[in-house]
Amino acid sequence: MELSFTAKNVLIGSTLLGALGGALGSFALLRRQSLLGDALAHAALPGVCLAYLITGTKAPLALLLGALATGLLGSLAILGIVRWSRIKEDSAMGIVLSVFFGLGIVLLTVIQKLPTGNQSGLDKFLFGQAATLVREDLLTMAVLATGASLAIVLLFKELKLLCFDPGFAASLGLPVRRLEILLTLLLVVVVVVGLQTVGVVLIVATLITPAAAARQWTDRLSSMVWLAAAIGALSGAFGSLASASIDRLPTGPVIVLASSLALLLSLVAAPGRGLIWQLLRERRAAARIRRENLLKDLYRLGEEGERWDEFLPRPLLMGIRGQSASQLARSARPLARSGWVESAGDALRLTDDGRREASQVVRNHRLWELYLRHRLELAADHVHRDAEAMEHVLSPDLTDEIERLLGFPRIDPHGRQIPARSGVAV
Amino acid sequence: MIARDRERPAAPLPAGDSSGVPAVEVHDLTVAYRTQPVLWDVDLDLPVGRLIAIVGPNGAGKSTLLKAILGLVRPLTGHVRIFGEPYEKRRSWVGYVPQRESVDWDFPTSALDVVTMGLYGQIGWLRRPSRHHREAALACLDKVGLADLAKRQISQLSGGQQQRVFLARALAQDARLYLMDEPFAGVDATTERAILGLLQELRSTGRTVVAVHHDLQTVADYFDHVALLNLRLVAAGPVGSTLSAENVQRAYGGRSTVLTHAAEALLGQAGGATEAARRLGGNGG
Amino acid sequence: MSPEVSILLVGSFVGASCALIGCFLVLRKMALLGDAISHAVLPGIAIAFLLTGRRAPLPMVIGAGALGVLTVLLVELFQRSRRMTEDASIGVVFPALFSFGVILISRYAAQVDLDLDCVLYGEIAYVPWDLLLVGGRSLGPKALWVTGGVLVANLALVIFLFKELKLSTFDSGLAATLGFAPVFLHYLLMSAVSVTVVGSFESVGAILVVAMLVVPPATAYLLTERLGTMLALAAALGVASAVGGYGLARALDASIAGAMAVVAGGFFLLALLFSPRHGVLARLFHHRRLGARLSDQLMLLHLDGGGATANTLGERLAWRPRRLDAALARLRECGWVEDRNEGLGLTEAGRRRLETETERFASD
Repeated sequence: MELSFTAKNVLIGSTLLGALGGALGSFALLRRQSLLGDALAHAALPGVCLAYLITGTKAPLALLLGALATGLLGSLAILGIVRWSRIKEDSAMGIVLSVFFGLGIVLLTVIQKLPTGNQSGLDKFLFGQAATLVREDLLTMAVLATGASLAIVLLFKELKLLCFDPGFAASLGLPVRRLEILLTLLLVVVVVVGLQTVGVVLIVATLITPAAAARQWTDRLSSMVWLAAAIGALSGAFGSLASASIDRLPTGPVIVLASSLALLLSLVAAPGRGLIWQLLRERRAAARIRRENLLKDLYRLGEEGERWDEFLPRPLLMGIRGQSASQLARSARPLARSGWVESAGDALRLTDDGRREASQVVRNHRLWELYLRHRLELAADHVHRDAEAMEHVLSPDLTDEIERLLGFPRIDPHGRQIPARSGVAV
Repeated sequence: MIARDRERPAAPLPAGDSSGVPAVEVHDLTVAYRTQPVLWDVDLDLPVGRLIAIVGPNGAGKSTLLKAILGLVRPLTGHVRIFGEPYEKRRSWVGYVPQRESVDWDFPTSALDVVTMGLYGQIGWLRRPSRHHREAALACLDKVGLADLAKRQISQLSGGQQQRVFLARALAQDARLYLMDEPFAGVDATTERAILGLLQELRSTGRTVVAVHHDLQTVADYFDHVALLNLRLVAAGPVGSTLSAENVQRAYGGRSTVLTHAAEALLGQAGGATEAARRLGGNGG
Repeated sequence: MSPEVSILLVGSFVGASCALIGCFLVLRKMALLGDAISHAVLPGIAIAFLLTGRRAPLPMVIGAGALGVLTVLLVELFQRSRRMTEDASIGVVFPALFSFGVILISRYAAQVDLDLDCVLYGEIAYVPWDLLLVGGRSLGPKALWVTGGVLVANLALVIFLFKELKLSTFDSGLAATLGFAPVFLHYLLMSAVSVTVVGSFESVGAILVVAMLVVPPATAYLLTERLGTMLALAAALGVASAVGGYGLARALDASIAGAMAVVAGGFFLLALLFSPRHGVLARLFHHRRLGARLSDQLMLLHLDGGGATANTLGERLAWRPRRLDAALARLRECGWVEDRNEGLGLTEAGRRRLETETERFASD
């Protein structure tokens, strides 16, 4: 697809904004200031209007300074209200956000009624109109973005500490106050950069959504910042391309939806934390418990009367845990594949390998039962149920620790032998 | 200020209710917040008409036990009976005094208003408190020595006074069983005496009080029964026989690390194994 | 009805109904959830438009109500999965829903004349000309009926469920143990917020709704100690902001909705500075007085043993000479301290003062 000149500008601008917003948003997210960006964006509007009223131009630098002034004023107002009254932080943010925005709207309508006002294009700042980006805007954005990135890179260590433990940072002699102001300043920079592209209302999403998505994939701040920047940049690029190729599709909202989609995917599928993985883990755990229970049942039946070689009929095994034939088969099949269980007709028995494996499961079970019984003096009928749930998650180390604590016992609470570690029962 | 003699004592409870049924039965109770086990397999019967302290180190699950009795947290296993019935059937028999920090004292309301809230249960949905209710509330406020401050905004009360307002609110509930979360925490000597007097008055009229208590020194002086808790129940019974050095050592002498690790391992695994184990049921073996 | 009157009435209805419901948002520390809902209802409105093809109030209320509750559910879901904090959940949910709404409107809603800018700051100026027609007869501006209906509903809610809302807001634990279903009340309240937002949306837009939801209640919160008074005061402030805002907008020839927010903000600033009990000035004064009481007490304590002079006292307290002199002068004036041969000493009145104050500090 051949991109027009304007479309190229939009693409560059949106990508830049996405990257910058994602990177800085990571810090805001971790400092639990997600909504400060929202308040700042709304508070910046009157500043932009005032700057236009005073200078009469739409020069990026003037608008930037205006936004900076009222944005900072807004954040100070939030702090002041919380510090000096019984108003809580959420209300303080709501007040500053809506009153400043109301003021911005008043000024905006005043400007529009000026003779020159109609061409001001300031109303585009509400929802953003990326198509109005010109070279000069891009240049300002690039300079600001470079400055902000430099600040992040140079002060990474300090900012990290600030996010993690501001009290500790202060005790190390870091200028916490000044770092906080710096972060707020950088947020205002993103806001100003984003005004024209996504608009006042949606800027918060360019800050928070990519950062929240990145957070699902990593626990390290540095990788989170990079990843958030990448997600933001991709969303920005996607949004600008989509709106360039489809009629009447506004850029800002598409960017936001793209990053929201990335967040949704991350929530569902991020390795380790994602909901899919959690579900899989649950199912795998359930299957393992079922398999281990079958091994244990076979072991116990074999142990009774030393009939290790005897094939045990499936209905008997099904009866122990009230399982259906297919449930039993689902546990038996993988065990057979591992060579631990062999079947003859409608009956099963442990192989030698299977017996060794089962002895470890039984060992866990009996040691744990004994532990509960002795250390916690639980009633005998309670012991079994608790042990049943626990034995499947005991690590070998933990089992050894229990064995040591109990003085290497041989007999479980029900008078049965406890198999030794990774060997056949003595 | 100790409960005054001129006050009409709360009407004694009709006889026959305490016919052997414990005030609270806790059976097999296990509670976990996410991967953190807070109560492990607790069995406990609390007798009627006694002052009962729940004692244990920080994080032992004391408040959680109260909340589980009140049905405010859902247990993984086990159940609770109040005078032999589930909580929902005994709601009006139970009064609750939460920790003082659990509410926002900046809330725009007066001391009397907070006490009146204790009567909302009897008033029911949609109906308004009448003058009669407000007078009843005022009487309760008077019992804790705060009648003069009835109209005062609650943030202008001292910590001890706030605690007494909560007690007055529980009195207004006119319950048979009172559950109190750290009623003596951070209060001044006047309030401590006032609370103590109230507890004794409640007992003399056949009420049962179960209080989370943090001060081992005063347990024996203030309470009849004690339950020592540390993740699981260490000991429970009359103060004299239960509060032995050995039991206290077992409750406070550090939790068995193996149990904690194992319990965390069980509940951990992102909840996978627990869920799985629960779904499979734990019979047979 | 003159256009001016109907604009003022609609503005007042919006101001009062938002303020009533907003009091509970402020007290529950959920002001930002209200903000989120006010944005997130947009796709609900857009979908209702697209389905019915016109601005029918009932489908709009239903669509917006559904989206409002969806917002609350999503925020709680993200938060409860412990993968995001509450503020982050709010910060990702409402922009996504709002964006969806904006796209729907940009793509498809040109034919139902829904203007994007008016989504943000409404078009209350056009209210008088959008009439409710029943059987060819005009029953007055449509917005008047909608906002009036919302006001009546909200009034009914806070009057009939006053006790229940108060209890569950103040102490949801007790509410649960008494059987007052705090979760149900929470969702009822959130639905009411959604309905209020959508009823006001067309007239005043998304952002002003937030201003009216949060600012008058917060102002009232600084001025009273009774929930009932707070509700009445907030409603009155909402009406006053609407009326004052209209005046300001006329004077400046600017957006009426924006001016209402500004006037509401002005009232808040006044209360913040001058509230007799919670204002900044009152607090400063109180701090100074408390500071003076404390330093008097400290001086009395140090002088109690006798034998101290102004010099030794200055060394022991390590105060600046000016502070010490001022404090000493105050104590002499009150007749608590007298100069003796061996130095400074407490008078009988001073000793009594020391005792009573010690008791008061101890009991606080």
